[in-house]
Amino acid sequence: MAEEKHHITSYKTYLLVLVALIIFTLLSVTITQIELSRWATVAALLIAGIKSTFVLLVFMHLKFDLRIFRVMVGLIISLLVVVIFITMLDFLFR
Amino acid sequence: MSNVHRDDIGSKLGMWLFIFTEILLFGGLFITYAVYRYLHPEAFHLASQELDVPIGTINTIILLISSATIAMSITAIQQKKKKLTLWLIASTIVLAAIFLINKYFEWGAKFEHGIFPGSEYLDSLGYGDVLFFGLYFFMTGLHAFHIIIGMAVLGFMFYYVKIDRLTFDNFQLLENGGLYWHLVDLIWIFLFPLFYLIA
Repeated sequence: MAEEKHHITSYKTYLLVLVALIIFTLLSVTITQIELSRWATVAALLIAGIKSTFVLLVFMHLKFDLRIFRVMVGLIISLLVVVIFITMLDFLFR
Repeated sequence: MSNVHRDDIGSKLGMWLFIFTEILLFGGLFITYAVYRYLHPEAFHLASQELDVPIGTINTIILLISSATIAMSITAIQQKKKKLTLWLIASTIVLAAIFLINKYFEWGAKFEHGIFPGSEYLDSLGYGDVLFFGLYFFMTGLHAFHIIIGMAVLGFMFYYVKIDRLTFDNFQLLENGGLYWHLVDLIWIFLFPLFYLIA
């Protein structure tokens, strides 16, 4: 353990992220309750994306971890996005 | 501890690889959801209005708080605050239990209305509703199953911290347990809007 340094995240950082996550949750509920249009759907998914970025970077320590972890997570998410995209193309242009 | 071989980075790498398989598992289910939603937009829209948004919102917030408490437990153990670490792990487990209790009442209410896989009432509603609720019960059920496993994992972490098997300079296992718990949170972050909000 001696050769590696561990980043200690402060409680305050976690609390701030938690507050942000709760605000985003309430925001997505409010947006979709007011008006359920295509844009509300996009907004809700966008908010989910922002929330998961917060969780990945701060709660899961990716921001402070070795670069290799960020690269790997990025690749897996890209893979998922590509598969979703191709599947939807298949259904839209069938 | 110098004579004990330990590979913290390897351990974390293994945990992430496992998390990737979980992401792909749920990813496949999300794709299934997207395709059926595209094929049955009306039914998905009407069926999702059966879901209880306030309970879903409360459960989302409960899970977010539990994610924060387990993240804080890693800060606490690094600061050699054993008691606080134990409290934070215990709070996470309690919050998980509250999440499951809410889920129990939520599913119970659906069952009372005759909505459960294979019920006559649900079958009479048509394909779209059967698919929506089939996916709803399967995906939230699989997620709840992960919550139960997470509670067991964190229970072990609590015990290991208590008997000093995990300490300020040896806490990778707790971090891995935390990563698993955040994954459960991450999945719910997408389940919640897809089923409760935007169908």
